[in-house]
Amino acid sequence: MASFVLRRAAQAVVVLLGVTFVIFALEQLAPGSPAREVLGIKATPLAIATFDKAYGLNRSFLIQYVQFLDHLVHGNLGFSWKQNRTVDSLVVAQLPRDLLLVGLSIALALVIAIPIGILQAVRRNSAFDYGATGLSFLLYSMPPYIPGLLAISLFAVRFQVLPSEAPQGASALDLLTHPAGLILPVLTLTLVSYASFSRYVRSSAIACLEQEYILTARTKGLRRSAILSRHVLRNSLCPVVTLVGLALPQILTAGLVAEYLFNFQGVGLEYYNAAVDGDFPVMVAITVLVAAATVLGSLAADVAYAALDPRVRLA
Amino acid sequence: MTDLARLEPIPVPDKGPEAVSVAPERSVLFTFVRTFVENRLAAMGAVLMIGIVLFCFVGPLLYHTDQVDTNLLKVNLAPGPGGPLGSDNNGFDILGRLMYGGRTSLEISFAVASVVTVMGATYGAVAGYLGGAWDVVMMRLVDIGLSMPVVFLFILVSRIYHPSKGLLILLLALTVWFVPARLIRGETLTLRTREYVAAARTMGARSSRLIFRHIVPNSAGTIIVNATFQVADAIIVLATLEFLGFSLPPPTATWGGMLSDGSQFLQDGYWWEVYPALLAIVVTVVAVNFVGDALRDAFDVRLRRR
Repeated sequence: MASFVLRRAAQAVVVLLGVTFVIFALEQLAPGSPAREVLGIKATPLAIATFDKAYGLNRSFLIQYVQFLDHLVHGNLGFSWKQNRTVDSLVVAQLPRDLLLVGLSIALALVIAIPIGILQAVRRNSAFDYGATGLSFLLYSMPPYIPGLLAISLFAVRFQVLPSEAPQGASALDLLTHPAGLILPVLTLTLVSYASFSRYVRSSAIACLEQEYILTARTKGLRRSAILSRHVLRNSLCPVVTLVGLALPQILTAGLVAEYLFNFQGVGLEYYNAAVDGDFPVMVAITVLVAAATVLGSLAADVAYAALDPRVRLA
Repeated sequence: MTDLARLEPIPVPDKGPEAVSVAPERSVLFTFVRTFVENRLAAMGAVLMIGIVLFCFVGPLLYHTDQVDTNLLKVNLAPGPGGPLGSDNNGFDILGRLMYGGRTSLEISFAVASVVTVMGATYGAVAGYLGGAWDVVMMRLVDIGLSMPVVFLFILVSRIYHPSKGLLILLLALTVWFVPARLIRGETLTLRTREYVAAARTMGARSSRLIFRHIVPNSAGTIIVNATFQVADAIIVLATLEFLGFSLPPPTATWGGMLSDGSQFLQDGYWWEVYPALLAIVVTVVAVNFVGDALRDAFDVRLRRR
């Protein structure tokens, strides 16, 4: 097990290096320069050269990349010249909200998708199965902002029971003191995550139902509920663990859209605003963070999978 | 890295094992045609796809509209005698715009799917065929690509370059070709040990011949199925990007652009500016997925042998 984890972790480090390299190279292609940004269009070439020298921007690409890595490793995500603040302070302020939004939505989506998926597998090709498959298919087939948009026009405009905007305010705690505003963003993201989970849970439960240990359990006279909770539920959870890790980029993208839609002050909205402003250090830092989350998510998924299913470790 | 193939939903025969006919090994084309004859959903998907393509590419020849010049006298008109689906906030006829928008959306997504499929299949087949150190290095590059957040990266790049149709296709292709690459590489690992590959090698076939005459054609099933899903994904990703404002400049119309423009007016009750475009996107994606799901079942060896 330890060697498996080590091997997988080493791969993750290589991948992270590659990812940061590509993103850093992309930033170098970006138009404009921090010196122009800070000193304005009337800056003399001398002033720009002085600025570049002071911040190490005149060094070669590779040296700058190594510097960038060095900063990342030490928890320095960069400096936003446009906002005149460190990207760290920005991320630290926004991240708790995102963890709440994304964490809550993934948890809810799983809580909904797993029982429904198992029930679908048990009652395969029933009206219930077709209904649930149809719903997830429909959700899967529309751009991820549409469920949120429709939820706004239904709950916030037609019935006027929920606010159409996420709680505003400087502290992440505002989310907890005004939970009503959290409902629609979480609902939207839950629906989108549910759509990507449900078909995998269904097919994984079906594959599990066809295994011989289920037949054994049945012939032993085990009750249906016991078979479902003890055998099917546990065994069909394995692929789901991997799924959450792999679906993370998709969910974070949907999160960005949901934050934009509900004006939810999170890292995703920060990214969007940075993109509109051309605030490249912020964009680079957040892209690196999302990529790192993806790599770590898939690493965690693989380790969890290996812990759950010993056969994987041998591969 | 995590094996994507493990996550493919395990296909399940709809009518139980006895209903799935035990077919001998047949050509890809035969399987392809038989799927549409036997599977009602696949047939429906195919008919819908043909209908949509005709609507977008033949439609404008029969139903003439001006989709370039704005007409402020016809802004936000409800469906009626002026236009069967009304007009949008620039006075463009919605029905006509659906045709033109669909053209762009379909062109981009089919182009992306083709480029991605060719790139991914070639890369995956070469990596799997060469094996060893080459395979390790080539697949780590794929892992790097798979860890890139597509939409985030896309927004970053579209800040640097102005979007055009070609750039959109290139960018989307560059960010998603890793998925087929990994799938085909997995397939190649099993194919390269087959007897017919060994036989061809013994006869002195060069690597390129083995890859392109034997390995790639024999993974055609996986390649075609993945290509269909790529079309659906491209449509959705494009629509998402357009909603966030990273889209083609006017007067180019796309379904995603229509949907995101129209959704600003949803609360004003201009439903005709939202739902037709949404329906177009959903129907296309569903149709493509029907075809893809059916083809996956058809090409899946595990199912065929049962």
